[in-house]
Amino acid sequence: MNDIIISVKDLCKQFGTFTAVDHITFDVSRGEIFGFLGANGAGKTTAMRMLCGLSYPTSGSGTVAGFDVMKQGEQIKKRIGYMSQKFSLYDDLTVRENINLFGGIYGLSDARILRRTAELLDMLKFRSEIDTLVGSLPLGWKQKLAFSVATLHHPDVVFLDEPTGGVDPITRRQFWEMIYESAAGGTTVFVTTHYMDEAEYCSRISIMVDGQISALGTPSQLKAQFNAKTINDVFRTLARGAKRSE
Amino acid sequence: MLILIIMPIVQVLLFGFAMSTDVNNVDLAIVAPHRTEAIRKMVERISANQYFTFKGYIAGNAIDEELRTGAADAVAVFDEDKGMQIILDASNPNTATAGAAYLQGIMMSDSKNPMKLETHILFNPQMKSSYNFVPGIMGMIFIIICAMMTSVSIVREKETGTMEVLLVSPSRPLGIIFAKMVPYFVLSCLNLATILLLARFVLDVPMSGNISGIVIISLLYLLLALSFGLLISTFAKDQATALIISGMLLLMPIIMLSGLAFPVENMPGILQAISCIVPTRWYISAVRKLMIEGLPFIAVMKEFWILLGMTTAILLLALKNYKDKLG
Repeated sequence: MNDIIISVKDLCKQFGTFTAVDHITFDVSRGEIFGFLGANGAGKTTAMRMLCGLSYPTSGSGTVAGFDVMKQGEQIKKRIGYMSQKFSLYDDLTVRENINLFGGIYGLSDARILRRTAELLDMLKFRSEIDTLVGSLPLGWKQKLAFSVATLHHPDVVFLDEPTGGVDPITRRQFWEMIYESAAGGTTVFVTTHYMDEAEYCSRISIMVDGQISALGTPSQLKAQFNAKTINDVFRTLARGAKRSE
Repeated sequence: MLILIIMPIVQVLLFGFAMSTDVNNVDLAIVAPHRTEAIRKMVERISANQYFTFKGYIAGNAIDEELRTGAADAVAVFDEDKGMQIILDASNPNTATAGAAYLQGIMMSDSKNPMKLETHILFNPQMKSSYNFVPGIMGMIFIIICAMMTSVSIVREKETGTMEVLLVSPSRPLGIIFAKMVPYFVLSCLNLATILLLARFVLDVPMSGNISGIVIISLLYLLLALSFGLLISTFAKDQATALIISGMLLLMPIIMLSGLAFPVENMPGILQAISCIVPTRWYISAVRKLMIEGLPFIAVMKEFWILLGMTTAILLLALKNYKDKLG
């Protein structure tokens, strides 16, 4: 149960003289929901892009699903799913067409695509919308659909970049239920967010400040460590640069 | 943006000084088997005239060659019996009409020895300007579809975030952009076919040259335009920028400097030099030679190599830029 699915050591990313990611080190186990928190501009998205094979680290090392991020990017891409901040589905295509497209891109057979389509739509309860243009779906539905498409091919890890931006609390809660189900099924979920209350939903979290990881552990551990009631308080403390410990 | 201030200034200067449909120069060759004193005086007067450049004496049977290859815009033939004949290359009707008018002016001023004057118009007997414009329109349409639309399409994926998702997927980055370019290429091929059919059957453009030559050079030009589209997409962050860059950097120079609307020969030297780096200028020149003057493909080899070189350079630059931006 403790096999490590993501392992990162001293990972750095520099853009000219600006160090966006400054020597981060952490591990994620299979089936965990790992929350990658931090303020906007702290370096979360840059770090995640390196893990997805979208950008090369300046230095340091990392493996995802057993493959090296520097040299085996192509292998990594086959084993991960991704949901971008902007939702990542084609508004001009229908639900069915989007699923077919991404199913094809990830190499699923036609039969498997059909099966997965049926499963996903039943789970989401919008079978009737299968031929609706994605652009006309409400935001919450698009978001859930995007997540389903990201997990279409049963990836080892699914990376979610600020997935719950701009949605109402009820939809957010429903979305997190989908995440729980996925994790229970063995998919590791790596989610970045700047909503500190969502941290409570994660198995373990890390908080990035100025490109470095300032805190790493389960939500309860961190709250105890910083003597805080909520993760939001933990974050405020860190952001202020002061630490209180017992 | 500086462009909004500089662009109008540039345009006023260009239109004021450079763009003109006035004919500034007619290259004239002369056929005069018997060079009488009167003829020599005529030639002197013509040479002295600022609107003419005397290109030398040629033989009677070399007239066709001279005009087709563009060595001369007009040939004056002095014949003892028939007086003076002017044979004009009317693939640019503007130059032809003006040339004829100037020559007639010179004739009239020689009241001592008036000669009879006959005018023959070659290559474009009805002086249809549509012949002139069809190659130009082709040059413009293909750039719009292949460069502008392709770049906007690629940038749209960047803007909506779907490009990122594609890049994270197992699809190869090169495969992704290839896939973006193919539809516009196919569309342009359809357009090429349609334009050629329309030109031949509706506008009665002669199409005397080999169609395959026109198709080859057009396909090369399409590749060039697609490469431009890709290059622009690596610089633009959103669709509006892609559109503006395509419009300002591509469309404007093309409309003004490529020979589409204003003959290149009439431009001041510096603009003629700039025109050399506008790929459409070479394409239009090649298509005019092939389509309207009916020259064989050999005659456009210069344009072919230039376009090929440009395509290779732009494509390599675009691909390198694309790879760099991914890292």
